[in-house]
Amino acid sequence: MSLLEVEDLKVHFETDDGVVKAVDGASFAVEEGQTLGIVGESGCGKSVANMTILGLTRAPNAHISGRIGFEGRDLNQLDAEQLRRVRGNEIAMIFQDPLTSLHPFHKVGDQVLEAIHTHRDVSKQAARRRAVELLGLVGIPDPERRMKEYPHEFSGGMRQRAMIAMALVNDPKILIADEPTTALDVTIQAQILALIERLQEQLGMAVILITHDLGVIAEVADHVNVMYAGRMVETGTLDQIFYDPQHPYTWGLLGSLARPDRPRVARLSQITGQPPSLLAPPQGCHFRPRCPHAFGKCTQAPGLEVRGGEGGHADRCWLSPEQKRTLRVVDGGIGLEVPAA
Amino acid sequence: MLRYIIRRTLWSVAMLVLCSAVVFAIFYILPTADPAKLRAGRAADPEKIETIRKSLGLDDPKYQQFLRYIGGVFTPYKNEAKGVDGPLDFGTSIFQNNKPVREIILDRLPATVFLVTGAVVIWLAIAIPVGIISAVKRRSLLDRTTMITSLAFISAPVFWLGLVALYLFANDVGKLNDVPPFGIDLAIFPGIGSYNDAETFGSRAESLILPWLVLAAATAAIYARYLRSQLIDVMSEDYIRTARAKGLSEQRVIWRHGVRSAITPIITLLGLDIGVLLAGNAILTESVFNIPGIGKETVTAIGDSDLPLIQGIVLFGAFFIVIFNLIVDILYAYLDPRVRYQ
Repeated sequence: MSLLEVEDLKVHFETDDGVVKAVDGASFAVEEGQTLGIVGESGCGKSVANMTILGLTRAPNAHISGRIGFEGRDLNQLDAEQLRRVRGNEIAMIFQDPLTSLHPFHKVGDQVLEAIHTHRDVSKQAARRRAVELLGLVGIPDPERRMKEYPHEFSGGMRQRAMIAMALVNDPKILIADEPTTALDVTIQAQILALIERLQEQLGMAVILITHDLGVIAEVADHVNVMYAGRMVETGTLDQIFYDPQHPYTWGLLGSLARPDRPRVARLSQITGQPPSLLAPPQGCHFRPRCPHAFGKCTQAPGLEVRGGEGGHADRCWLSPEQKRTLRVVDGGIGLEVPAA
Repeated sequence: MLRYIIRRTLWSVAMLVLCSAVVFAIFYILPTADPAKLRAGRAADPEKIETIRKSLGLDDPKYQQFLRYIGGVFTPYKNEAKGVDGPLDFGTSIFQNNKPVREIILDRLPATVFLVTGAVVIWLAIAIPVGIISAVKRRSLLDRTTMITSLAFISAPVFWLGLVALYLFANDVGKLNDVPPFGIDLAIFPGIGSYNDAETFGSRAESLILPWLVLAAATAAIYARYLRSQLIDVMSEDYIRTARAKGLSEQRVIWRHGVRSAITPIITLLGLDIGVLLAGNAILTESVFNIPGIGKETVTAIGDSDLPLIQGIVLFGAFFIVIFNLIVDILYAYLDPRVRYQ
């Protein structure tokens, strides 16, 4: 059994303009000690889905259904107080912009200590030792002194390290990292990713890494979920997704990636059009309006099933496995355009 | 932090000197305000004006006069020949038998300070809980009720509100002295002028109940609305999401992370409002309830064209505003660590 199992998760928000189907039937699972990458463009629902795991999207106008299985419990059924005990304790989360994610008026050390005292009944000295230990573990030099500083006195990379320390201070089983490197310089990005990988091995936790960047996914993920307009469109191992992609949207993502290991094409390809409005998503396959290979059957929504892939490699596309193999190859690489006749 | 405080304090002193220079220019240099002519009274002969001019040292070069003036206001500088008696020497009143302006102001200050202090306590005690609850229970019936009520209080002019309060609740003219069905007497508060008759601290406080409420009403409403919108903004910040993701209780998220941020701009507002009120802006409340404060004195002084007194009150008001600005700056740096390093 998986550590975390999300089944048919739906998160709908009632707004003045109508019902926004931010997450519309997403299913995924995370194994112990594994890194699950969730990739998709802005607004595809990847953050909302993961915030919902921790109940952070609960609101009077939010309708949440589906099952979030974690250690024999359905997190979606827990009341606010029970869920609060899970947050930052068994499942922790870090966010995109570490500057705005830390409280500007509280010292970094105090913010870490607060996370400890919320879940552990320990003495001040013990909590302090733990905070210093974690700040040291994430690679913040001179953690004793840095405890007394404010977030604005930290550099971007150091802030994200502090965020990670704060998240890991209670030994969570799962760390959800929502675009943890997007707001950072490229050189710092690599450091933070390496840090997350190292900590994962050291502490044996599972990581859900949410990103729009396939480069990041390639570096750290074991398993990959591709998300589009509120649904998972493809799920498989890192190799399956990168070398045997089944869904046209995945082809589009891979085709738009600059890859030094492939022959250079004149220009990078792009996925034409815009992601659909989540207020009124297209009938059937959500990718249909942007897909050059769409045909009649695509007006019915395909389920997430193993079709052309092997093992657990499932996708939501009606094309036959043979069609997929021929259609996805453009100019010798994987891409979305219709190959020139 | 210390460097910051020193820098701000020096700025404040510079600001005060600048204020004095402007006041000096208005009251000593502009031709409409020749102090010698004013003192000599109407239709005085030129000789008398000249004598007064000499005796006050007004024939000296302007810079000497200015230095003497600043010396009198800011330092313990004394010069009997020219009638300077520092510090805080703003000259003498024309219409109140040459009584030093300093004495008049210090006479009137306690009433204003008492009025303003009480009002501040009341408006904070109302605005902070109302603002927080409305923000947290946004769009609830409670939120809508308090926000509409507050709009009414903001729109009501103080003088009107004061008169209505007296008309309904004053123990002499109040109409609510027999409220059906049980005949409850709500007209129990001391009315106009009661402060002047009050001898003890308790009776003074009692006489200020209506003025406090009237003065606090509009400000409480403004603060409640402001705090509400601040807190609503803050509660959608990323660090609030982080606080929740840490598993903090909602109480703690609201107080330690939300209110802590939302209250900071309120402090600025509060400092400035107290400064302005002490400087004489409680003028309407003091007039309606006939409270012998700075504001009331300002009305009298302007009515009499008692320029030295007006000038003293203006400069004294500037003191309060500059000093409270300084307090706000220092407090703000204490509350928001980012400010200290700019």
